[in-house]
This record gives sequence, structure tokens and C-alpha cells, in this order.
Amino acid sequence: MPPSIPQFSQLRQWLAPATGDDVRAALTGKRLDIHDLAALLSPAAEQFLPEMAARSGEVTIQRFGRTTQIYAPLYLSNFCINRCAYCGFAAGNPIPRRKLTLDEAEAEAMILYKRGFRHILLVSGEAPKTLGVDYLEAITLRLRDRFAALSIEVQPLDEDEYDRLFKAGITAVAVYQETYDRRVYDRVHLAGKKCDYDYRIGTPDRAGAAGYREIGIGALLGLADWRAEGLALGLHLQWLRKRFWQTAFTVSFPRLRPAAGAFEPLVTVSEKNLSQLMFSLRLFDPDVGLILSTREEARFRDGMLGLAPTRYSAGSCTAPGGYTSGEHDGEQFSIGDLRTMSEVCSMVAAKGFDPVCKDWDREFQTQGNSTAAPSIQQV
Amino acid sequence: MQIILNGQQKNLDHNITLSTLLDSLNLQPDTMVAEINGRIIKPGSYPQLELKDGDKVELIRFVGGG
Amino acid sequence: MLSIADTSFSSRLFVGTGKFASSSIMRQAVEASGSEMVTVALRRVDLENPADDIMTALDLTKIHFLPNTSGARNAEEAIRLAHLARAASGTSWLKLEVTPDPRTLLPDPVDTLKATEELVREGFTVLPYINADPILALRLQDAGAAAVMPLASPIGTNQGIRTTMQVEIIIAQARVPVVLDAGIGAPSHAAQAMEMGADAVLVNTALAVAGDPVRMARAFKAAVEAGREAFEAGLGRQSKTASASSPLSGMLTADLNFIQA
Ligand code: SF4
Repeated sequence: MPPSIPQFSQLRQWLAPATGDDVRAALTGKRLDIHDLAALLSPAAEQFLPEMAARSGEVTIQRFGRTTQIYAPLYLSNFCINRCAYCGFAAGNPIPRRKLTLDEAEAEAMILYKRGFRHILLVSGEAPKTLGVDYLEAITLRLRDRFAALSIEVQPLDEDEYDRLFKAGITAVAVYQETYDRRVYDRVHLAGKKCDYDYRIGTPDRAGAAGYREIGIGALLGLADWRAEGLALGLHLQWLRKRFWQTAFTVSFPRLRPAAGAFEPLVTVSEKNLSQLMFSLRLFDPDVGLILSTREEARFRDGMLGLAPTRYSAGSCTAPGGYTSGEHDGEQFSIGDLRTMSEVCSMVAAKGFDPVCKDWDREFQTQGNSTAAPSIQQV
Repeated sequence: MQIILNGQQKNLDHNITLSTLLDSLNLQPDTMVAEINGRIIKPGSYPQLELKDGDKVELIRFVGGG
Repeated sequence: MLSIADTSFSSRLFVGTGKFASSSIMRQAVEASGSEMVTVALRRVDLENPADDIMTALDLTKIHFLPNTSGARNAEEAIRLAHLARAASGTSWLKLEVTPDPRTLLPDPVDTLKATEELVREGFTVLPYINADPILALRLQDAGAAAVMPLASPIGTNQGIRTTMQVEIIIAQARVPVVLDAGIGAPSHAAQAMEMGADAVLVNTALAVAGDPVRMARAFKAAVEAGREAFEAGLGRQSKTASASSPLSGMLTADLNFIQA
């Protein structure tokens, strides 16, 4: 049974009556409920943004210490069978298509490894026949001994497929609902399996059942009312926490930005809105990981450090093969923070935080030993 | 013959059934449960169940408890 | 309304039936409490003195019977008692207690989990009595327990809730109902448990040893209702609003000049 998220019209009714007193109450309360979250996301909270930021920063440092996790995405393929109105990889878009061979993917990973990354996020468009579980398993077996954490952001899979990849050594699954507003969801997902809202929203449950250490959810900001989207994310998180208490959760908030010739966001979400959203979720769920990617500009990322986010990508290229070629053609979205990993790490350190590339050692965990590793030549 | 009833030795005539034993003790069968040699006895079978020498009989019922 | 294993209860007060001066006082106290769930224990029939049976003392059309396994020191003994309880009561509901230490009667987490796994397999509706250990509560939930019953303080101590931090975590995390058990010595403790968001409380000694158990039962009934009402009304929010006249004085603010308008 997938989580049932109320209609956005209903969520807006939770947001509407929030007053300054409700925001104050949420800011000083210790265990926040969904109505506190609504207050923090409401327009009434906007005048409290500096207080929210300070409180959010306190909680973040208390729970995560003075550390920031660093990772990089590795784009495996930009083939996609879906047509999402907002995405450059959408089927039918006239872009150069490429799927890395296993050797090419490994070479890309090794470039990241040499730059110091120990956590990589394997990303691909959704084209199961082009890039399926066999491929993902093979690349995982090649990489797992060198990377402490291997996450995937690929098409939604079934539980037995998640199980297979978990045993091979994938540590985390990210799958974003994009928008929790069904009406908008139907409007922007024009073709492909992704049109099925319920299958997608049930995906984190399937990954949870397979035992993943971490699951990421998220919403693409710019499609629907971001305040209601934030409430929906809170509800989804609450649902998942009750079911999968052994799993850590992260939330991402990729923000659609207006760009020439590209998809025009349906609603505008400003940096101020995004920060309010992140502070609210931090106060609602002190332990949730919050990700701020290179979509956002360096100035904003630097300012947000320590206030709510716990994980930054760095030195990202979102085109398959981009690390090897140095080219950004065929990217999924353009980058707002173009600094290299070491530049980002220096910034983090200069602000008094420790950039963490490796959270744990695979050697001491029981998951990735289940599938025997073939020798690299065999694959 | 001898049985052990709730931990105590008890002398009984031969061929006595569980029903007869409960009657002789003034116990209502529907408010308790009997276990013989570790096996729970179905209430319906009390009248047919003949006790044997050496049986360990436990008669148990609910009492107040928290 | 409280629901455990698909059964609904309009009262959130569970009552234990031990230690009362007489079974008639016990019956009156249970009635006055409004409870719909009472716990009972299994013991050998006292052959010298076969007193009235407790099942006949209670109106079982209104009240669910929750046999416990008190006296069991390990999983094996608890499972045997469970079988007897099911045979004697016809219900497969069970309050699982495994208490190897006769002095404190603190529950054994390892054997409680073992017994829960086995009894759930056998179709029992298991409500395990546990120390207020959040991970144990979740492990039991995963093993199929229908509710968890963490202790407020060691049984019979009447100390109230001494496990607040852990109980709060259990309430926040558990998917199954949380019934606070043991150590609830006064109606204020019961109200506090309900205000924290516990789904129900179980009270025994505090009633049984009260000067007037029937009036005390009424007091607990009122306290549980008041505490629940407060919880549902959003207690925290009200008390926090009361300080709104001094708007967040002393609260830090962060400089957000980096944000582009
Ligand atoms: S968002 Fe994902 S599924 Fe949609 S078109 Fe882009 S790559 Fe494909």
C-alpha cells in the first residue's frame, strides 16, 4: 500500500490559517507535528526567516556536527523512454544520446576517485531495456570496493531488483516524486511509465523493503505550490520513517530555473522560498539528510552551509562521459556552481566545517558481500 | 494408584476419569483448564479421560493479575 | 478511537485485576474505571480453597480479557502459559511477560523477542511487556507484536514515568499502539502518559492498594480522558502560545544577506 498524500487543495487548507503565533510555537517546540510544519511553510513564517535559519542551524549542527558530506553524480546514460515536460533527457528531444560502456563508466568513476570522491551517485535516464539491472549490478560490482557509498538515481525498480542491487553493493536509492500534486503530475508527465503516479510513489517503499541503508525522496521545485509540496514531503517522510526505521532518509529539492529555450517553470520558487523549505524540514525532522546540489549557485550554497543542508555535490557534470571529455554537451540541467571539488571543500573548511567524503567503511558492513565479485576482466 | 495433582501426591481409585476428579474437588470444568503430562486436555474429553498411575495433572484457572 | 489488532476500545485505561482485597471490590473498581480491557494471570487452582473464578466475576460481554504470562522466567515457560491461557479463555490475546529477576520483575528483552516470534507464528495477538527500549519496541513490532507495553518505572514502585525520554522515542517511532505499563502510581502519572501521546495505560497496584479502589478507579478514568483530550487538543501548541507576548526574545537570528531576492 503506497502512502496516500492528501490533495493539494487540502494541504493548502492546513497552510492557510497559520499565524505568527503558530510559527513562534513551532520555533520553540521540541517535537514538531505536521501542523507545526505547515506553520513554518506558511507565508506567516516569512518574517521569521532569520530566526528559522538560526534554529535550523543549531539543530543541524547538534545532529550532524560540524561536517558536510560531499558527493558527485556519475551520469551513465541519457536515454529515456519517458517524456517529462521539464527534462532535457525526455524521449524525442533532439540531444546526442549516449550510454557509457562499463569500461567508460568505470573510467569516469576513477576520475572522481582520483579527485577524492568516495561517494558517487549513479544517474541515468529511465530506459530499462537500454540500461537495466544487469548493467547496474555489473558496474556496482566493479566499483564497490573503491567507494564507501554508491547511490542510484535511475528508473524505479521492483523489489527483487532492488534486492539484487543491494546485495551487489548499492547503498542508497534516490527516487523523486517530482511533484506530489497529482493534477500537475499528470500534466507534466506526457508519456512513459513515469505517468503512473502511484507506482512511483510506492518506489521508496519497495527500496525500503529491500533493506537499503538510505533512501532519498524529493520534489522538483517549480512545478506546483512549493509550500504544499513541502508538507507532502513531510508526510511522505513521516510515512517512511514509521515503516523503515532502520533506513536513513534524505530529501532533495532540485529547483527548476528559467532558462532560454528550456521548460518554463510553472511556478517561481525563489532562493528565499527554497531556504524556508529547507529550514522547515530540518526543524520538522532533525535527523533527515538535506541535499543541496550544484544546480544552485555558489553564493547560495556557501551561505546555506551549516544552516540546514547536510550534503553537497561538487564538481558535477550531468552529461554521460563528461568527466572524461570535459564537455558539458547533453547535460540534464545546467550547473549553478561550477567550482571543482577541492574548491568546494576549501570553502567548507574555511567556514569551519569538515568536508566528509566517506561516512563509513564498506568492509565492516554485511550487505555488499552477498554477491560474489567476478574478477574485473570477466564482466 | 498415585497421581501428582498441582504438585502434590494424591491417591486415587483406579479407573477414575478427569470429570469425576473435578466433581470430587467441587470444580467447574468451564472455568479452568487441565494439563496432563504437559498436554492440554480438550474440555469435551474430560468424561472419557481415564487417569493413569503416575500422571502429572495440572489444574489451572485465571486469577487476578496485572 | 484506540484500535489494537483491529479491535476498537473506547476506553484507553487498561486495568489489572491483581492484589485487590476481594473479587467484589475488584469488580466494582473495574466497572468504575470504564475499562474494556483487563489483565488476568494464570495460576494453579488452590485445591484447599477453590475460590470464585475471576471470569465469573467480570462481565465478559463488555470487557476483553487479556491473560498474562506472569511468573514465566523464560520464553519456554511463557509459551507454555500462553497455550494454557488460550485453552482456558478461548482468546488468543496475550500480555507477554518474561521476568527472570524475582526482585525487580524487570522483563527479559531477549526471551521476550523469542517468545513473541513464536507466539505470533502460532496466531496469538501478542502485547509484550518491555523495558522502555525503543529498538526493542521496533524489533517486536517487526516481529508482529500487536502493541508494545513499555514500563513507566519498575512494577509496583508507583514511581510514575521515569523513562520519559525513551517512551517519547517509542511513541514517536512505533507504528503499533504504545500502552504504558507498570509504575503508574497516581492519576497524574496516567494523565502525563496520555499527554505524551501514549495510546493507553495499564494500572493495577495503584487501584488495588488505594484507600477506596472504586473512587480511585473513577479518578484514573477521568485522568486518562483528560490527558488524552489534552494530547489531541495539541497541548504543546497551547502552552507555547502563552509566551507569545515576548516574541522570541533571546532567540538567535541568522544573517541571510546571501539570499538573492
Ligand atoms: S526526468 Fe528522468 S524520466 Fe523524465 S525525461 Fe528526464 S530522465 Fe527521463
